[in-house]
Amino acid sequence: MQRNNPLTLLYDGLIVILALAFAAFFAMQIPTIAQGETIRITLPWVDFLDVNLSFYIDGLSLLFALIISVVGVFVALYSGAYLAGHPQLGRFRLYLMLFMMSMLGLVLSDNLVLLFVFWELTTITSYLLIGFLHETAQGRRSARQALLVTGGGGLAMMAGFVLLATMGGNWELSQLLTQGQSIKEHALYMPTLILLLCGAFTKSAQYPFHFWLPNAMAAPTPVSAYLHSATMVKGGIYLMARLYPVLGGTPSWMVILTVFGAITAVWGSIVAMRQNDMKLVLAYTTLMALGTLTMLLGSDNVVAITGMLTFLLVHSLYKSSLFLIVGAIDHESGTRKLNELGALAGKMPITMVSAAAAALSMAGIPPFLGFVSKEMIYSGAISLKNMSLFTTGSALIANFLMVAVAAVLILRPFFGPAVATPKKVHEAPLRMWLGPAILATLGLVMGVMAATTGHWLIQPAVQAVTNTQQEIHLALFHGFNTPLLLSALTLALGIGVFLAYRPLNGLLAKLESLVPVTGDKMYDHALNGIAKIAHWQTDILQNGSMHRYLATVFATIALAVGYTLFAKGGIVWPDMWPQLRFYEWVVVLLILASTVVTLLAQSRLVAISALGVIGSCVGLIYLMFGAPDVALTQVTVEILVVVLVTVALLKLPGHASVAEPSGSERFGRGVIAILIGSVFTLLLLAVNSVPLDMKITEYFAANSLTLAHGRNIVNVVLVDFRGFDTLGEITVLTVAGITAYQMIKLRLGRSGK
Amino acid sequence: METVLAILCGILMAASVYLMLSRNLVKFLFGLMLNTSAANLLVFNSGGLTRGNPPFIAADGTPAYANMANSVPQALILTAIVISFALLACALVMAYRAYQDLGTVDTDCMRIAEPVAEHEGPPCRKGKVIA
Repeated sequence: MQRNNPLTLLYDGLIVILALAFAAFFAMQIPTIAQGETIRITLPWVDFLDVNLSFYIDGLSLLFALIISVVGVFVALYSGAYLAGHPQLGRFRLYLMLFMMSMLGLVLSDNLVLLFVFWELTTITSYLLIGFLHETAQGRRSARQALLVTGGGGLAMMAGFVLLATMGGNWELSQLLTQGQSIKEHALYMPTLILLLCGAFTKSAQYPFHFWLPNAMAAPTPVSAYLHSATMVKGGIYLMARLYPVLGGTPSWMVILTVFGAITAVWGSIVAMRQNDMKLVLAYTTLMALGTLTMLLGSDNVVAITGMLTFLLVHSLYKSSLFLIVGAIDHESGTRKLNELGALAGKMPITMVSAAAAALSMAGIPPFLGFVSKEMIYSGAISLKNMSLFTTGSALIANFLMVAVAAVLILRPFFGPAVATPKKVHEAPLRMWLGPAILATLGLVMGVMAATTGHWLIQPAVQAVTNTQQEIHLALFHGFNTPLLLSALTLALGIGVFLAYRPLNGLLAKLESLVPVTGDKMYDHALNGIAKIAHWQTDILQNGSMHRYLATVFATIALAVGYTLFAKGGIVWPDMWPQLRFYEWVVVLLILASTVVTLLAQSRLVAISALGVIGSCVGLIYLMFGAPDVALTQVTVEILVVVLVTVALLKLPGHASVAEPSGSERFGRGVIAILIGSVFTLLLLAVNSVPLDMKITEYFAANSLTLAHGRNIVNVVLVDFRGFDTLGEITVLTVAGITAYQMIKLRLGRSGK
Repeated sequence: METVLAILCGILMAASVYLMLSRNLVKFLFGLMLNTSAANLLVFNSGGLTRGNPPFIAADGTPAYANMANSVPQALILTAIVISFALLACALVMAYRAYQDLGTVDTDCMRIAEPVAEHEGPPCRKGKVIA
């Protein structure tokens, strides 16, 4: 079944080694960071914009970097087997590694602009990976949805970064972290907070932006395990945790985070209950986890932050492990539907053991790390001021549902009644069980060695988030207290829910159908709305009707020029009644009369004759006002035009061939025409009211004879001073002549002769 | 005279725009012709008007007249007349060819590139197709 050709194995091996190298590098930083030190590396990039390639490692970024690189190792290892034989495996490896680097860049960036760049890179690589199975419409839609939602949020976040940098006067996070007090009191704090939370909430799939995450399950399972549970979706959590010292702890921060976090957590765990597709179950439980993390971040004390970071670690371990296991089941059996699976325990023993370990951690059973984190979540939820009842209640609901979901995930496929599966089931290959097994085992080992885990991994991160030197102690047993009681209650309720799984499932389905609007539908509406607006706008602007285009152009000219004239006080009225000679009046009246004739003429020949009269009279005006050359040209051209147009008219149909315009159409045309005419008149009057600048005229008059040896200034200007313009004019004339000639001769297609 | 000519320009421009907004290509062409005259008069007028006195230099190198017509707008208009003639010739041939191939001079009926399912407004009357 697997094609283990050496080259494929080499490439698979290379990406694993790359991830392993990163993991080893970050593991080596643990001792330094655990002592409370930080590492900062800066390289100049765009100096004048204060954009530097600066990286910053402290407890928080190290914890994230470790999760990214360690899970990355196993996902890389797993993908080679999972997608073995896929024609685009190479592309997949590339996307996966691109994502890993971008994600590492995101959590290590010290510069806000750099962080944004990496943030968007993760969005893009996520888009590519969700859409990896691009032959399916579902894959394409989900990819685009994730891109639009998280990309849109990213843009809001960028705006937030700009505000943040404005307030702090600095683009470096390590600098901004020390300015929390002044920024929280700044007038721009609230807009900044909302913009940044838009970025974080979309990335981390918080309600009401949660809908893209379940859809992102269209991606191959290793992608879901890596991006959409362990790392990328925690980017928003990282951002909020990173900016906690700068923005956190204010009343608005606390309310927004706890409320949205709690809604996401409870909603995610309820919906998870009634999913049949195991991947979707995991996707919704990921929503629960992200919601819980956000809710805990909305606190103002160390206990809640400790709980949040412990849960972050444990969730990444068990969730990526469970995703990979679901992928393995899917790979081996051909299905991942809960009702199509059963009695896998005997056929896939190793997978079953890892799955059980991961699920026990998820359910929060001692001595797994999940238990420790759940205790801390409860302590954190209780510690929240004013809202402890709300947060504890939400945490309790989410947690006991997690217990039930974990039970369903393990007991049904592995120990349920045997069902015929599409493929004959056998144990997954080594590369596919090793990762989940190790990740699940890590959850157990870290739980047993809770104190060590706390000291080396969690404490530095807590100190980074809270910006204190506080020491924290993780332990499996904290004594008999409220959290322990809540844990017991969680377990009892969880088992109860599991036993009532079937009736509850039906009830939940009904409940869900009652929800009138879903984010997914809203997204569709928004997208359709944009398309409709675009369509409507295109219909107006690109209506394909020439006279409407012209009307738009003319109306724009009239309004723009008219408004400017009016606004700048350019409208003047001459105070003197014009003194015209008799023959001048005759010419003017002749033009007016011919214009009226042109407009009203039913016969084309009458119209063209009237146009000829207008042209000749214009020539007369030139002649009367000292422009004999212009008059000569005008009259010559006018004769030519009249002759040409008359000849052409013989070949063109009469006015009657086009239907008469309606009254309203005529009215519209008339209004635009009168507007344009008035604006031109006003413009000319305004021009005439200011003295002329005669500099150029005087230059030509003074130099015409001396420089160009010509006494007709206009001729000299044309052939000498502006000779190149005339050359251009001749070129235009030639091109026009050739074009016209070719158009007459050219016959295309069916009308060819 | 400037004032009268300004008003005349406006009227010519209005008439030309009215014609150019027509759905009839022939009327559009008429509008284009008027537009040229109006625009040229506009330039001519804005350079100031002087009765008689063309811009000539006397044999001794001094201007032939004390109050001489402005030479700059004249040079501009000369170029403009020729260019607009070229434009008109092209437009004319294009209209002629469009009629030959499409059998109509109604721009709303020329929907080869952007066909519409149903034609709005007055119906298209097709003439005889030449060629």
